[in-house]
Amino acid sequence: MLSRIVCNSSLGPSSLAQLACSSLHLLRHVQRQLSTASTASAAAAAAPAESTSQDAADTLEFPGGRVPFTHNMEFLGGPLTPSSPRIPCYRTLDGTGKHIPDAVVPHDLQQQDAVALYTAMAKLQVMDTICYDAQRQGRFSFFMTCAGEEATVVGSAAGLDPRDMVFSQYREHGVLLWRGFSFDDFANQLYGNSLEPGQGRQMPIHYGSKELNYQTVSSPLATQLPHAAGAAYAMKLDGADTVAAAYFGEGASSEGDFHAALNFAATLGAPCLFICRNNGYAISTPANEQYAGDGIACRGTAYGMPAIRVDGGDARAVYCATRAAREIALRDGCPVLIEAMSYRSGHHSTSDDSSRYRTREEMVAWRARDPVVRFRHWLVANAWWDEEREKQLRHATRQQVIEALEKASKVAKPPVSALFSDVYADMPWHLQEQLQETLQVARRHPHLCPPDMPVQ
Amino acid sequence: MHTHVRQLQQVQQQHQQQGQQQRQQQHAVHSLSMSEAQAGDTKPLNLCNAVNEALHQAMDSNDKALVFGEDVAFGGVFRCTVGLLERYGRRCFNTPLCEQGIVGFGIGLATQGYTPIAEIQFADYIYPAFDQLVNEAAKYRYRSGGTFTAGGLTVRAPYGAVGHGGHYHSQSVESFFTHVPGLKVVVPSSPAQAKGLLLSCIQDPDPCIFFEPKMLYRTSVEEVPVGEYTIPLGQAQVLREGADITLIGWGAQVHVLAQAAQAVADADGISCEVLDLRTLLPWDVQAVTASVNKTGRLLVSHEAPLSSGFGAELVAEVSRRCFLRLEAPPVRVCGSDTPFPLVFEPLYLPGVERVVDAIRATVRF
Ligand SMILES: Cc1ncc(C[n+]2csc(CCOP(=O)(O)OP(=O)(O)O)c2C)c(N)n1
Ligand SMILES: [Mg+2]
Repeated sequence: MLSRIVCNSSLGPSSLAQLACSSLHLLRHVQRQLSTASTASAAAAAAPAESTSQDAADTLEFPGGRVPFTHNMEFLGGPLTPSSPRIPCYRTLDGTGKHIPDAVVPHDLQQQDAVALYTAMAKLQVMDTICYDAQRQGRFSFFMTCAGEEATVVGSAAGLDPRDMVFSQYREHGVLLWRGFSFDDFANQLYGNSLEPGQGRQMPIHYGSKELNYQTVSSPLATQLPHAAGAAYAMKLDGADTVAAAYFGEGASSEGDFHAALNFAATLGAPCLFICRNNGYAISTPANEQYAGDGIACRGTAYGMPAIRVDGGDARAVYCATRAAREIALRDGCPVLIEAMSYRSGHHSTSDDSSRYRTREEMVAWRARDPVVRFRHWLVANAWWDEEREKQLRHATRQQVIEALEKASKVAKPPVSALFSDVYADMPWHLQEQLQETLQVARRHPHLCPPDMPVQ
Repeated sequence: MHTHVRQLQQVQQQHQQQGQQQRQQQHAVHSLSMSEAQAGDTKPLNLCNAVNEALHQAMDSNDKALVFGEDVAFGGVFRCTVGLLERYGRRCFNTPLCEQGIVGFGIGLATQGYTPIAEIQFADYIYPAFDQLVNEAAKYRYRSGGTFTAGGLTVRAPYGAVGHGGHYHSQSVESFFTHVPGLKVVVPSSPAQAKGLLLSCIQDPDPCIFFEPKMLYRTSVEEVPVGEYTIPLGQAQVLREGADITLIGWGAQVHVLAQAAQAVADADGISCEVLDLRTLLPWDVQAVTASVNKTGRLLVSHEAPLSSGFGAELVAEVSRRCFLRLEAPPVRVCGSDTPFPLVFEPLYLPGVERVVDAIRATVRF
């Protein structure tokens, strides 16, 4: 501190070398300064003259706006207690699916859309159940369900424009389903066969679709968030009327990339929707060990963007909030943060056993709040849905999913060459060599090659 | 493949002199220490349980030892930290989901004299902590001329192929860190090694990264000494003596090399010396050159991609130091220069078949 003052005021930048070779000289210099002037006055002498002048108003001129002065010494916030005020959670349907009389519903779902939304949620549920079981039977190596979060995922998907680019985490396959990803598409990816765009390179559930504007899933958490901010900014530069939508868990929001993304999007005015699925857990870690504040929504305001907390079990509320957020993002050229509160009703993945870290009672209580059932109640109350249609839908979906898995399991794996393609746009010499070597290995040792993988 | 006896030989008491002298004395010291301190007390453990036991003992003997990371409180996704919360309370704790935070926080604890033992859930997710490891932990002592150090830090991370991990649950990331002066990089290949090497890392005055071959967590079981013991860092282990070629590996790959050595011994009468490097930084140049000077041939194998893998370092140094003794070009059998693939894994990995082919080609060069 002291040496910096001395350096600025009397030594100047050109004396850096002198500083290095003559520290003794510097010491004496400092001593002289100290003996002739107080630290404060040395600082005052070093500072530009304007900054010492009194502000006219009781405010501090600062880039971005004037900051008011106060003579009260007051700390904001502090540890949250159970009785601390919380950001309320927007909903339009109560826990049993009944319309809440005063609820603000700017974009109410008409029959056709409501039925479509419900159908996608129910299909998602059926597909999740069958694929989970199929994985447990060893048909493929991994699976994740979104049980408990169907309303969050499909409700928000319905609130987006199909052209909006989605950057997902991994539990948002309902967005793909909503947009028209077929059971065959899902099944091909799960089996890693030659019909899936990722060519069997990634683990199951790492879906992606160019046609459906859904960037391919990547396991490292929160990495997709800055991508979404960048993509949204590109849309803005292009004058497009679309947004980027980034999905993530409350666990992922602890990563540094979350901060980078929100801060970039806010400062650059990127029309990006940050959709947080706060499902209470990151694997075994409960949300209250993930953050000490009031969840994720409050961070939006800190970064300078509109934010809302919504009941993630209320498909209609999520839909409304997403549509409204999208309008704000496009109208004001800014990001919007949505925190959807729900519960991960299933295990983290097929590799997890959540009974190790949460009670049966807790799980049973949440399962009873099945968001799909809740939305169905609303449909039934509107006379848009009945038992017969329900049965038919579930039955037909079951058949379709099973058939799709059956079919995908019989499709050949990608050829050996797909191990080496797409690393670069063009295959460099060393990969060409390694491809030839690997083909030789595969011919010499056929058992190393999955039986349905062409050696070419 | 690791016999009981072989493991007992590597067990060492903590307070030994460092250096070459020590290695010469090793056998005598081992048998002495075993008969005295261990009194033959061993029990069968898998690698996961051996890590768990090391963590228990480290926390028992050092009340400044803290274990933390994502999901460690309930026992960890691989169950390596089971029982620590119950036994040591708040000294084992979950952190928010943030690898740069985990390592940075660990460095801070270390500066205050604590012994942080941080878990990164998968080595594939260590990259957000790269800056903290490379620019901070590694340089903390150097940049302050020893005024400050983060040497108490140990970072554990499961690494490597398991058959179905795809891009992000399979990687071998060690060579990124062997390029960083100031870090120590350690990879065990068996339960007894895991326990002794991890305890060494925890006690070591430098920041250590300890990569656990997750493939071996349950599949590798052997007799492990019950008491607290360390295996010195920086020392390789000869797993199999041989005359015709030296095979060097670490972690799970060592088992592939051992199988290949047996296969060519049976089929071709080729005699392989198998060296388990155990510590990659600083590595045991004496053991390596002694072996290659004896056999005249070198094969290095790792799961990580070929280009700029740690095998390159070994081959370069051996080429210089053993040039006149070499009878064939040193060869590397490694992962392909591609991201780690799911369905292609058996072709990507340097399996027994590829190693056997390379041994034959090198011996017949
Ligand atoms: C960078 C990184 N660190 C750790 C992991 C391992 N991991 C996978 S999912 C997960 C929990 C994520 O929780 P959350 O973001 O809340 O999503 P949820 O699973 O609840 O949907 C962890 C720790 C990872 N994939 N990436
Ligand atoms: Mg979560």
